[in-house]
Amino acid sequence: MAEGVVLLDFWPSPFGMRVRIALAEKGIKYEYKEEDLRNKSALLLQMNPVHKKIPVLIHNGKPVCESLIQVQYIDEVWHHTSPLLPSHSYQRAIARFWADFVDKKIYELGRKIWTSKGEEQETAKKEFIESLKLLEGELGDKPYFGGENLGYVDVVLVPFYSWFYAYEKCGNFSIEAECPKLIAWAKRCLEKESVSKSLPDQEKVYDFVLQLKKLLGIE
Amino acid sequence: MAKSDVKVLGSWPSPYSMRARIALNIKSVNYEYVDERLWEGKSEFLLKSNPVHKKIPVLIHGDKPICESLIIVQYIDETWSSGPSILPSDPYERAIARFWAAYLDEKWFPSIKSIGIAQEEDARKAAIAQVEEGLVLLEEAFGKCGKGKPFFGGDQIGYLDIAFGCFLGWLRATEKMSGIKLLSESKTPALLNWAGRFCSDATVKDVMPDTDKLAAFGKMVIAKVRGAGAEIHG
Repeated sequence: MAEGVVLLDFWPSPFGMRVRIALAEKGIKYEYKEEDLRNKSALLLQMNPVHKKIPVLIHNGKPVCESLIQVQYIDEVWHHTSPLLPSHSYQRAIARFWADFVDKKIYELGRKIWTSKGEEQETAKKEFIESLKLLEGELGDKPYFGGENLGYVDVVLVPFYSWFYAYEKCGNFSIEAECPKLIAWAKRCLEKESVSKSLPDQEKVYDFVLQLKKLLGIE
Repeated sequence: MAKSDVKVLGSWPSPYSMRARIALNIKSVNYEYVDERLWEGKSEFLLKSNPVHKKIPVLIHGDKPICESLIIVQYIDETWSSGPSILPSDPYERAIARFWAAYLDEKWFPSIKSIGIAQEEDARKAAIAQVEEGLVLLEEAFGKCGKGKPFFGGDQIGYLDIAFGCFLGWLRATEKMSGIKLLSESKTPALLNWAGRFCSDATVKDVMPDTDKLAAFGKMVIAKVRGAGAEIHG
């Protein structure tokens, strides 16, 4: 069984980015393996037989799947440095609630924005902005969701910022116009190396989305 | 904090509200249970306590609301830390327990619901196949997690037992409503035995709804879903 940390990932995946950020925050050295999702590796299928999805975190040969679970695992194993979850149980419950909210809303609504048109797209855009505004409310005047430092919710949400340009182009709207506080927060996160080195360039993501639309036959 | 400061806003047919109650029972925490009859509309108190999702269960500790059943269970485990542990202590075992709990919520239980709601035979058969496939996976997981002990959590009910066990009422009601056997001696012997142990546990038996009552409620929900296309069950 191999020692150390391996991450099976796909560069535009916001879920993969969460794990990259968490590992970087903790200063953990790991081997990054890029997966071709149209041709999944034997290792991926072996390590995540139930979902066959990335990211997969492999620690000393043992797989951990699902990005929120991976981030919590990293936080619990490497608990001596840069804690991501708060120490108080109520604050932890709040952080988990908003991470769960991001998973329930942001990915699906974002996806609807770039895959749909007309009425369906307008509804998705509206709900997407509403969800971001709720998150802005939770952020309040804090520099990060985690307070003075990057925390769990920051790690869970900021990857989607790399997809904002693609959502804006596909949906023909400005996220910054509606949610300036959130954009300011995202830019603040990007000043940290753990984030800037984990997120791909927004234009690159947009190109990827255009290619995906062609592949899926979406206008 | 006084024990009477703990409230659970739930709904008797909801497996999710069972999770909160079982966890509190494990910790021997006294609480007030408030039953919401969601099919008659949502109370002001619920809407105020969970403005984002407007769903049950909500745990109210003092004046603080905690939402989402698995988050509530973890909160209970961490807050009443002197009681029996609900989550495993090892981070890897925790990750595995969380993985299966997420699988149950995102993939498995929706398939159970699909069995009841499906209008065409093909869709029904596909949903049954998905449930059975999931049970085979969970039977294997039980062997790995429990390591020969009575529960996924070992000697006592743990996180994954709660996450999965709360669905047993609906599993049995679905078996009754559709005339099929999902848990069986031949395919899932370990799970069948575990289910019996779980349902008769002191922390569970008073909060597990009666199968016949659930089946009757299920028929009402299915009729409404087919009629209105709206989701009633929170």
